[in-house]
Amino acid sequence: MKNMATMVKLGRLTGKVVEETFIQNRDAEENRLKEFEAALKIQSWFRAVRVRSYIKFLQRCAVTIQRHWRGFLGRGAFRTLVKNSVFVMRMNFYNKMVVRIQKRWRGYYVRKYVHNYYARKRYLEGLQIKNQIVRSELSEYAEMHQREREKRKQELAEKREIYNARKNHYLLSTHQISGIYNTPYRPFPDEMEYRLMSVKPLSHRRPLKPRDSTMGLVDPSPPGVPPALPQSAPLPPIDKKKPQGPFRQPTEVYSQRYRPLEPTLRVATDYTSEEQARISMKREECEGRINDNTFLPFTKRERPYSPLLHTTSQYGALPYGTSHFRHEKKETADDRFKLVCSPIPILEKFNETYSKGQVAL
Amino acid sequence: MSNRQILQVFEQYQKSRTAFVQTVAELASRPQNIETLQNAGVMSLLRPLLLDIVPTIQQTSALALGRLANYNDDLAEAVVKGDILPQLVYSLAEQNRFYKKAAAFVLRAVAKHSPQLAQSVVDCGALDALVICLEEFDPGVKEAAAWALGYVARHNAELAQAVVDAGAVPLLVLCIQEPELALKRISASALSDICKHSPELAQTVVDAGAIAHLAQMILNPDAKLKRQVFSALSQIAKHSVDLAEMVVEAEIFPAVLTCLKDPDEYVRKNVATLIREIVKHTPELAQLVVNAGGVAAVVDYVGDCKGNVRLPGVMMLGYVAAHSENLAMAVIVSKGVVQLAVTFAEEPEDHIQAAAAWALGQIGRHTPEHAKAVAASNILPKLLASYLRADASEDLQTKAKKALKNILQKCVHLPALEPLLHDAPPNILKHVVGQFSKVLPHDSKARRLFVTSGGLKKIQEIKAEPGSALHEYINTINNCYPEEIVRYYSPGYSDQLLQRVEEFQPVQ
Repeated sequence: MKNMATMVKLGRLTGKVVEETFIQNRDAEENRLKEFEAALKIQSWFRAVRVRSYIKFLQRCAVTIQRHWRGFLGRGAFRTLVKNSVFVMRMNFYNKMVVRIQKRWRGYYVRKYVHNYYARKRYLEGLQIKNQIVRSELSEYAEMHQREREKRKQELAEKREIYNARKNHYLLSTHQISGIYNTPYRPFPDEMEYRLMSVKPLSHRRPLKPRDSTMGLVDPSPPGVPPALPQSAPLPPIDKKKPQGPFRQPTEVYSQRYRPLEPTLRVATDYTSEEQARISMKREECEGRINDNTFLPFTKRERPYSPLLHTTSQYGALPYGTSHFRHEKKETADDRFKLVCSPIPILEKFNETYSKGQVAL
Repeated sequence: MSNRQILQVFEQYQKSRTAFVQTVAELASRPQNIETLQNAGVMSLLRPLLLDIVPTIQQTSALALGRLANYNDDLAEAVVKGDILPQLVYSLAEQNRFYKKAAAFVLRAVAKHSPQLAQSVVDCGALDALVICLEEFDPGVKEAAAWALGYVARHNAELAQAVVDAGAVPLLVLCIQEPELALKRISASALSDICKHSPELAQTVVDAGAIAHLAQMILNPDAKLKRQVFSALSQIAKHSVDLAEMVVEAEIFPAVLTCLKDPDEYVRKNVATLIREIVKHTPELAQLVVNAGGVAAVVDYVGDCKGNVRLPGVMMLGYVAAHSENLAMAVIVSKGVVQLAVTFAEEPEDHIQAAAAWALGQIGRHTPEHAKAVAASNILPKLLASYLRADASEDLQTKAKKALKNILQKCVHLPALEPLLHDAPPNILKHVVGQFSKVLPHDSKARRLFVTSGGLKKIQEIKAEPGSALHEYINTINNCYPEEIVRYYSPGYSDQLLQRVEEFQPVQ
C-alpha cells in the first residue's frame, strides 16, 4: 500500500514532472541547434587556437634552427671571403714588390752587362784610339815603302846616268881641247864633266845574240846525251884582305883554279867507251824507232781476247780453274823425309826449345 | 856514194826539221801570224813531229802546239780532235823535263779555254801524269804542271774535284813551300782555283795544311805572289764559318792590314776581299776584325783607291754594319759613313753606287742614333736622286730604295728629313711623313720649326688617298696643330677667305 501511496504520490508528482520534462525537452529541442552551433564555434575556435599556437611554436623552433645554421654557414663563408681577399691583397702587394725588385735588378743587370752605356762608350773611344794607331802605323808603313821605292828609283836613275856618262865618255875634255861640257865661256865646267871624269869609258859592245824564244823550254843538249841539269855558276870568292906580296890578281887565280878540265882525248875516253857506245846506240834504236802504227792511248785500248796459256792446250781445256781449283796431286810425296834411325832425344829437345822455325830435313 | 854523203842527207833532213819547228814556234808566239799558220795546215804537220826521234824537235813542236792552242779555243779544239793529247800524256810520264814542260804547257793551253776542253784533258788521263810531274825535281816542270792543274780546276766543281781526286792538293801545298817565287805563285793560284767551288774542296785544301803556309807568305815582298795568296785565302774563307775561323786562326790579322797599303792595287783588292769574306760570316768574326782596327784600315783603303777596287772594301763595311748595332756604331766611329758617302758621290758606276747604298742602309737601319749619323752626312737626297734617276740600273734603284727605307724608318732627325718632303715620290714620302707623325706629337719645338720651315704647308699639299697609311700619318700631324693653322696652310684657303669677304654683309 505504501507502494501504492508512493505510487500515487508519485503519480501526483509525475504530472508535474512529466510536464516539466516535457517543457524541458521542448526547450531543449528548441535550443538544440543553437547550442550545437555555439559549441561548434567554440570548439573550432579552441582547436584553431591550439593548432595555431602549435604551428607558431614549430615555426619558432625552425627559425631558431635556421638562425643558428645560417649563422654558422655565414660565418664560414665570411671566413673564406676574408681569407681570399687577404690572399688577393697580399698577392697584389707581392706582385708589386716583385715588379719593383725585378725592375731594379733588370735595370742593373742590363746596364751592367748587356748594354753598359759607359762600357760601350769606353769601347768606342778605345776603338777610335785603336783606329788612330792603326791609321798612323799604316801610313808610316806606306810612307816607308814609298821612300824605299823612291830610293830605288833614284838609284836606278843614278845607274842610268853613270851608264850614259860611260857611253859618252868621249865627250870628256882633253888637255888641249875642252869638251862640250867644259865650255871656256863659263867659269866652271858642267856637272857632267866631273861625272865623265869620274867614270871609266864603256868597253866595246859585244854583238848581241838574237834572243831565242824557246830558251829554257827546249833541251839544248845534243841528241843522245842525257839532258844535264842547269849548271850553276861557281860561287864568288869570299871577300878577304888583299894578300901581300907580288901575287896575281885573285880573280885570275880563281879563274885558273876553277878552269874547266880539258883532258886529252886519251884521258877523256872511257875505258869501256866502246861498250857504252854500243849500249847507247841500242837504247837510241829502241827509243827512237819510228813506228808506222798510229799511237793508241793506253787508257782506251782495245785488244782481242787471248786466252791464257794455262787454261788451254793442244789437247783441250785444262780442268784446272773451271772444274776444280785444287792442285793436282804432286808426284812427290808431300810429307817430309823421315829419319831411318831413331831420333836422338836431346837433339829433338834442342830443336824444339830454341829454333822452332828451322827444321832440319 | 860514200858513207859520208849518205849521212849528209840525213843530217840535212834533221836540220831542216829543226829549223821548221823552231820557226813555227817562233811564229806562233805572235798572234797576228796564227791565222796564216792555221790555214797552212800547221796542225797536221806538227803532229808527226811530236813523235820525232830527235828530242829537241819533239819539244819544240810541243811548244809550238801549245802556243797555237793558247791562242783561241778553235785551235785548242783542233788539238783535242787531232788526238794529240793522249800522246802528250803518254810521253809526259816518260820523257825528260824539257818535254814535260812543253807537254804541260800544251795541256794548260788546251784546258784554259772552256770546261769541255778541260774535261777532254781530264778524260785522256792527264791529271795523273801532271800530278806525277809535281813530284819532279825541276821547279820549271812543277810550275808547268801546277799551272795546268790550276787551269783545269778553274772551270767548275767537277773538274776541281777530279784534280783533288788525283791527289794534287798535298803536292801543291808542298810546291808552295819551294823557294822559287814563280812556283809559289802558280801553286797558290791553283789552290785558289780549287778552293773556289765548294766548301768540301776548300776543306780538302785546308786539311792538307795549306793555310799555315799561305799565311806565312803574307809579308812576302813579291806583289804577284801576294795577290795569289790573298785570293787563295779569301776563296777558302768564303765558304763557311769554320773555314773562315781557320783562316783567322792563322794569325793573319794585324799583318794583313799592312797589305791594304800595298802599291799593287790587285793585292789591295784581294786583301779587302779576304777581309770581306771573313767578316761576312758571324758577328764574332766581324768584331775580331773591328778590334784589330780593320775597319779604319778598310775605310782608308776605300778612300785611297778608285773604281772597282773599292767594291770589296765598301761591301766589307756593309757586312760589318749589318751584324749588330754595336758594329755599325764602330763603322760610324771609324768615319766609315763619310767615306761611303764620298764613294757614293764620286763613283760613276752603278754597281759601286749600289754597293755603297746598301752599306749605308745597313749602317743606318739599327737605331735613331745610327740613322742620324748617316743622315748627317747628307746622303739621303743623293740616295733619293739615284733612286729617281731614269738611267740608273734596276739594282741601284732597288738598293737605294731599300737603304732609304731602312734609314728613314729609324731617322728622327727632322732637319735631315725635311728636304725629302719636297721631292720624294709617294712610296718614299710615306716613310718620311710617318717619321714626322711619330715625332711631332711629342716635341713642341719641332712642331714650331715644322711650321716655320714650310713643312706643314707641304703636308697639306700632299694628296693622299683616304684610308691609306699616308693619309693616316697626315691626319696625325694635322691633329698636333690648331685647326686654324691647318686651314691656313691648306691649299685654296685664300680663295675661301676672299669668298667670305664677298659674302660678308657689313652692318648698315
